[in-house]
Amino acid sequence: MSDELIQRVIAVIAATQKIPAEKITLDSTFEELGIDSLDGINILFALENEFNISIPDEGAQGLRGIRQMVDALEPLISGGPADGAAPAQA
Amino acid sequence: MASRRVVVTGVGVVSAIGLGQNAFWDALSAGRPGIGPVTVADMSPLRFRNGGEAWGFDPAAHFPGKEIDFLDRFAQFALVAAREAVRDAAIEFTPELRERSAVVTGSCLGGKMTEEEGYVNLYLLKKPRVNPLTIARSMSNAGASHISIETGISGPTFTLSTACSSSNHAIGQAFWLVRNGAVEMAIAGGSEAPFAMGHLRAWEAMRVVAPDTCRPFSKDRRGMILGEGAGIMVMEPLERALARGAKIYGEIAGFGMSSDAHHLTQPTIEGPARAMRMALDDGGIAPGQTGYINAHGTATPANDPTEIGAIRSVFGPHAERLALSSTKSMHGHALGAAGAIEAVATLLTLRNGVLPPTANYSEPDPRCDLDVIPNTPRPAVVECALSNSFAFGGLNAVLAFRRWDG
Repeated sequence: MSDELIQRVIAVIAATQKIPAEKITLDSTFEELGIDSLDGINILFALENEFNISIPDEGAQGLRGIRQMVDALEPLISGGPADGAAPAQA
Repeated sequence: MASRRVVVTGVGVVSAIGLGQNAFWDALSAGRPGIGPVTVADMSPLRFRNGGEAWGFDPAAHFPGKEIDFLDRFAQFALVAAREAVRDAAIEFTPELRERSAVVTGSCLGGKMTEEEGYVNLYLLKKPRVNPLTIARSMSNAGASHISIETGISGPTFTLSTACSSSNHAIGQAFWLVRNGAVEMAIAGGSEAPFAMGHLRAWEAMRVVAPDTCRPFSKDRRGMILGEGAGIMVMEPLERALARGAKIYGEIAGFGMSSDAHHLTQPTIEGPARAMRMALDDGGIAPGQTGYINAHGTATPANDPTEIGAIRSVFGPHAERLALSSTKSMHGHALGAAGAIEAVATLLTLRNGVLPPTANYSEPDPRCDLDVIPNTPRPAVVECALSNSFAFGGLNAVLAFRRWDG
C-alpha cells in the first residue's frame, strides 16, 4: 500500500465530500466521515475517473472504511484497466 | 361531493412476460419469468446484460402508417395497452362521455430513447440538427396525449412523474376523480421504455442492477432488473358498469400516498407504512381483510427488508397470515410503468384466484421473513389486496383493491 495511493484516495474523498483532507486518515470509517450509500457511489465514480479504472460492483460492496477501499483499489490500479473497462464514450 | 364505488372494466398490458393481458396472466400464474439478454440496446459495454424487454413487440404491426414517426417507444406501449383496455371494456363513447372522461398516465422518463438519439446525432455524429419531432415525441405526457387523441377523450388529461411510483400516483388520482364525480370514466396507467444507453449507464453507475436476474426477498438477491412496457386500465363507477353489463375485474377501493422526507435513495419504514395505512383507511379496509400484497420488491439490498418492516408495522400479527410477492421477479422493474403493470397483475390475481409467486427465489433471508410465495403460484381467493410502489426520492403510493364477486 503506497503512501501516494493513500494520499490520492484521501484527496478524492475530501474533494467529493467537501471535507478537509486532514480529517481523513487510513483508519477512518465511512460512518465517522458521514458517508452514506449514495455518497459511496459518488466516491467510486470519482475514483474511477481519478485512476481511469472500472470498479466492479462486487468489489464495491461491503466497503466500510478508507483502508478497505485502498486495499480494494490496489489490484485494480496495478493490474491496469479492470473489468472490461470500455473506452470513454462521447 | 359524491363518493362512488369505482371498478375496473378493462385492462391492457405490454410487458416482458406477455403482450396483452392473456399472455401476461398465463406467465404470472405459472411463475414464469421473462428476463433475458436485452436486444433493443447494445448491452456489450455494460456490467449487466439482462432486462425485461417487451419481447416480440412489433411497432409496425400496431402503427403501420406515418404515425409511428410521432411515437417514442414509451408512447407506443401506452397506446397499445390503452387500445387493449378500451376494447376490453367495450365502451361506447358518446360526445358527452368523451368530455366527462379523463386520461391519467405515469412515466418516469418520457421519451428517453428519442432524446438520446438526438444527442447521438448532435454530440457524437456532430450533425447540426435533430429530428424536428424530438420535443413532441419525448415529452412525458406524449402517452396521455396520444390516448386522448385516439379515443377522443377530451376531459382532464395529464401525466405524473414520481420515478418508480409514477403510475400508482396516476391511477390513484384517476380513481379519486371518478370516485368524487369529477369525471364519469378514466383511462389510467403508465408506460416506460428505459433501454437507452445514457440511461442504462446511469443505472450502472448507481450499482443497483443485478448482473443475472431479479431475486426479491431472497438472501442472495443482487439488485433490480430493468423492465419496459405499459399497464393501462379503464375505470368507471360501479353503477355505470352494472347498468351497461360490463365485465368487472375488481374494485379500486382506496389510495394512499406519503413522502419519507428523509433521503434520495435510502427508504424508511415509516413512509411506506403510512402510505399503506392511508390506502386501507381510504378504502375502508381492515388490515385483517387483506390477503395479498403485490410488493414493490425491487430486490435491492435496501428495499426488501424495509418493505417487510413496513408491512409488519401496518399489519401487526396479521402480517404473518397474509401473502406477498414481487412480480418484478418476472417482468422486471418497469420504473414509471411498474405500478400500472402491477396494478393489472393485482386485479387479475383477485379475479382469477391465483397468487403469482416471487420467482427466482433461492434462499430465505431472515430480514425478509414473511410469506413471499417463493417460486410456486398459489390458488387462493382473497378479499382485498394492496399494490405497493415506492420511489427514489422517498415518494410512496399504494393502491388498495377489493375482489368483485358479482
